Amino acid sequence: MAESSPLDVARIRRDFPILSREVRGKPLLYLDSAATTQKPQVVLDALMDYYTHSNANVHRAIHTLGEEATAAYEGVRDKVAAFLGGVDRRGVVFTRNATESLNLVAYAWARPRLARGDEILVSEMEHHSNLVPWIEAARVTGAVVRTIPVTDEGLLDLDVYEELLGHHTKIVAVTHKSNVLGTINPVAEMAKAAHDVGAFVVVDGAQAAAHMPVDLNTLGADAYAFSAHKMLGPTGVGVLWARPEVLEEMDAFLGGGEMIREVHMDRATFNEVPWKFEAGTPNIAGVVGFGAAIDYLQALGMDKLNQHETQLTLYARDRLEEIGGLTLFGPRDAIHGGGIVTFWDKDVHPHDLSTILDTHGVAIRAGHHCAQPLMRRLGVVATARASFYCYNDRDDVDALVMALHECRKYFGHVS
Amino acid sequence: MSLELDSMYREVVLDHYKQPRGRCPLDRHDIENEGFNPVCGDEVKIGLRIEDGIILGVHSLGRGCSISVASGSMLAEILQGKTLEEARSIAEDFRRMMHGEITPDEADLGDLEALEGVQKFPVRIKCALLPWTTLLDAIEAYERGARAEKSTTEDPQLGGRPGIVHKNDERRSV
Repeated sequence: MAESSPLDVARIRRDFPILSREVRGKPLLYLDSAATTQKPQVVLDALMDYYTHSNANVHRAIHTLGEEATAAYEGVRDKVAAFLGGVDRRGVVFTRNATESLNLVAYAWARPRLARGDEILVSEMEHHSNLVPWIEAARVTGAVVRTIPVTDEGLLDLDVYEELLGHHTKIVAVTHKSNVLGTINPVAEMAKAAHDVGAFVVVDGAQAAAHMPVDLNTLGADAYAFSAHKMLGPTGVGVLWARPEVLEEMDAFLGGGEMIREVHMDRATFNEVPWKFEAGTPNIAGVVGFGAAIDYLQALGMDKLNQHETQLTLYARDRLEEIGGLTLFGPRDAIHGGGIVTFWDKDVHPHDLSTILDTHGVAIRAGHHCAQPLMRRLGVVATARASFYCYNDRDDVDALVMALHECRKYFGHVS
Repeated sequence: MSLELDSMYREVVLDHYKQPRGRCPLDRHDIENEGFNPVCGDEVKIGLRIEDGIILGVHSLGRGCSISVASGSMLAEILQGKTLEEARSIAEDFRRMMHGEITPDEADLGDLEALEGVQKFPVRIKCALLPWTTLLDAIEAYERGARAEKSTTEDPQLGGRPGIVHKNDERRSV
């Protein structure tokens, strides 16, 4: 039954210095990578190396350091373009995080184009970052947000989606992969249907880009957002991808340095894309560190990473189901999801679980995972979530299961 | 298990969690307020019945973790027969104990003293305080209504309540 992992996890773990620390006297067991991943030494080295040897502002300075900093920063744009299936580098905008990327689209693309009666279809499993910008865009424009519901299996209800689509539909906002359920949504199929009615498709790729191969040439998204910190990179760097002609049509978002071509006291013209959307000095060091993260992931292979996580998730679901009293959410099969196991213990609140697990050195997430509408759909106020990455293996799952048994004993339920 | 855990999940705390007091909704209440912790989704609803300035009935409803439920249960128990002024004073002493400003010996907090161990888990302190911040906002609203001619009263709110938003509050996050 036990397929061997395509990744050498023992070797990978040695690349992550934080994994050798202790928490409350126990070795750290990190199962919260869907929130943020840990960073390999090569990423830490890239940050240090940049500040030690090449620090300068980008795109402005004529001196050597400025050239080096610009080359390093723009080099990462090429790496991102290649990572996304070989897209045009002009479509890759660096932002602060996926949330900012989604807001950029909502403000600069959507708001000027929405009118009273227009509809924005948003799935019930969205992270707040791909929901709140649309609620706000609807509020100021008179457009309406309509919900693509989630089935009991944790999948999007595509029949209802098809019914909702119509000539009023201007935007479809959907996550590529749920941060709670691990569900991978059929974005290509959904985008095709959306395009048939002329809608614009915005995809939250924060979980998907970090965990599986993504080819934006074939996916069908019109805009795609993700964060570096969820894929081994530093915090404070995000990406918005859209086709260059879409970016060109869009209004500017933040005004300031770098994003302009010519400025007068009463008017300004804007830089070419993508720089039109990169006002002010960007997180240069963070982007350089992100480049090292992409190199690391490419060396592992996104296919292998995805396969490793899927195997681990199936194993974890089996082991967690052996513990009585737990309800597991999300699709049970590997095709529809992976990397995340979200559960609810009928006897122990997720906060209590998380605190007790922490005393075992085990870091999981407890709460609503920035997805309150989905929590309501699941009928819970909060859940516990274990999420996996390249540095986790079956031993981690076994340790989690043992710690969960301890929790239940602690609360007086012998399992 | 760890000593830190044992100091947080004391027997009396788990007892209040498993058999919480004040879970029966009052037939009528003079004060009611809902509190909500957007970090974890915990919800509480505190209601008081007041006669001649004395708290004659308390309900402490909602869903939450062991610490917030136990704290709400202790609230229901300790407030019986107290004046609103005494209730505020207990809330303030409890806040100060949870922030390490006073020891349990310096106050008369009954079972609430058992929650002192929560201090070792700083992220959980707001779980313990949620029912109390909800109570104080309720009392404040009641007194504003009951004594409308006095437009300003001293601010009885617990200081520093990061992450806690009340349902009757415009700032409630999405």
